Amino acid sequence: MELKPGSRWKSAVCDTEVVVVRATAGDIALECGGHPMVAHADAKPAGLAVSADHAGGTQPGKRFADDVTGLEVLCTKGGKGSLSLDGRAIGAKEAKKLPASD
Amino acid sequence: MHTALLLEMAAGALGDRIATGSIDGGVSYDELAARARAGGHWLRGHAAANVVFVGLNGAALPTALFAAAETGRPFAPLNYRLPDAELRRLLARTAPSLAVVDDDMLARVEGVEGVTVVSRSAFETAAVDPANRDNEHPEPDRDIAVLLFTSGTTGDPKVAVLRHRHLASYVISTVEFMHAEEDEATLVSVPPYHIAGIAAILTSVYGGRRTVYLPTFTPEDWVSMAAAENVTHAMVVPTMLGRILEVLEKRGEALPALRALSYGGGRMPEPVIEKALRLLPNVDFVNAYGLTETSSTIAVLTADDHRAAIGSDDPAVRRRLGSVGRPLPSLELEIRDPDGAVLGPGQSGEVYVRGEQISGEYLHKKVLQDDGWFATNDAGWLDDDGYLFVEGRLDDVIVRGGENISPGEIEDVLRTHPQVADVAVFGVPDNEWGEKVACALVARDGHPSVDELAGWVKSRLRSTKTPEVWSFRDALPYNDTGKLLRRQLKAELAAAQPVAAA
Repeated sequence: MELKPGSRWKSAVCDTEVVVVRATAGDIALECGGHPMVAHADAKPAGLAVSADHAGGTQPGKRFADDVTGLEVLCTKGGKGSLSLDGRAIGAKEAKKLPASD
Repeated sequence: MHTALLLEMAAGALGDRIATGSIDGGVSYDELAARARAGGHWLRGHAAANVVFVGLNGAALPTALFAAAETGRPFAPLNYRLPDAELRRLLARTAPSLAVVDDDMLARVEGVEGVTVVSRSAFETAAVDPANRDNEHPEPDRDIAVLLFTSGTTGDPKVAVLRHRHLASYVISTVEFMHAEEDEATLVSVPPYHIAGIAAILTSVYGGRRTVYLPTFTPEDWVSMAAAENVTHAMVVPTMLGRILEVLEKRGEALPALRALSYGGGRMPEPVIEKALRLLPNVDFVNAYGLTETSSTIAVLTADDHRAAIGSDDPAVRRRLGSVGRPLPSLELEIRDPDGAVLGPGQSGEVYVRGEQISGEYLHKKVLQDDGWFATNDAGWLDDDGYLFVEGRLDDVIVRGGENISPGEIEDVLRTHPQVADVAVFGVPDNEWGEKVACALVARDGHPSVDELAGWVKSRLRSTKTPEVWSFRDALPYNDTGKLLRRQLKAELAAAQPVAAA
């Protein structure tokens, strides 16, 4: 799948939605709940379920960054599945603690 | 990543929370998102490249900003305080456009070619009209989010271009999603046409903090509204803070709900921030430094930094109260000399920044370097621990015999003199030193002597920073957004060279 910056993806198996913040070159599969995510505008495939190995859940506002590929996505809607790239789990970045300045 | 998605996320996560207005009867995130979509649907019925906003602060502002984002059209808030002719000239530059204009300002902007004018009340009605709701539209291409006319102390105002990716990147890298407590409220009194006004909308929405608008700033109204709405957070410019403190003192008001005040947009005189820390001991003060072209804040002096500085005997720590803090972790910042060489701690030069929030772009003119660095045109230096001291616009810094002298520092000292009402310091050409320090001054309560004033500066700073040219005036020149026209004074005094100090 082509993970362009700004492109939006949704989980095939739960409510999770993400937007790509930083893209990466190369063909990699972004998955949620153990199954490839689908483009935001497309229909979800039927009959799939969250894999037990990828059921940690996602929360809106969390940023997920992969050190290996440089891919970074922002979770825009939370769900029961967790994110992985080609089967490899990717973790959430630490939340920043900056004071309100606007 | 685009700004409409920030609101969509907020509505999806905490749709019932109040986004703008009073805790009772305000507009929820769900409702704000619905109004933005309805407003967007309605905007689509008008052929226009840009969506202009001419009006006071209020709930219509975030609605219009997000409605424009819904359609993928740039949002251009204009300075309604400008004289009519100037306002119309800026409006003409936005054509073909649709302008949402306060009802009582309509007559000022009628008949500008290529600009369709609609009243604010008509827009607000459209945003709540059931006929405009629940309409599906394909995702538009989104690129430019906001066009801001810079206040331009010289020449024609430039139009800064802020793309969706710049603003969205600023928000998601500096604000934790929905982190605000339910009782938090921010009071926005900076005008809609200022970058801080735009940033406040986006960061409050993403952080989940209720926004209360002051239609237009007066210190009395600010204090009254802060008290009435149990405001917990606010951003003010230094002049506003000074005036707010006077009202607090006069009324004996303590604003018990207030937790954090951020300030920026100009140099904060030390006596004002010291007084603020004294009068509001339980409030977190945050100094934020940023420019329109950098999507707002790029450096922050935190509340802990303020407390450490005010309580320190170490002069190096103490003086950080006059710094703008440290750069955001999400960007890079360097000080460079005129040849572009990177300077070390303690060395003054031009402030450069690089990062995803930096636009560094004007309409028809990109000033970002190929490697992504943006020259801010601000002069400054970093201390050993990375705290940034901004000395003012590069062109305003006085270079006397190789020494960089910040006009702001001298102005601050003169302003503490009881007989000085207003003051501007700048450099004028000098054969011996290259430049010498000059000063234009408005006196009050009589006429202080030049010797008295020179002695006042010399005893607090040093002799090289003591003005050598003095000009007494009835008033100083400011432009329509309240920026001092230092260059005008400089040109006048360079030509005249009046009374020299003994």
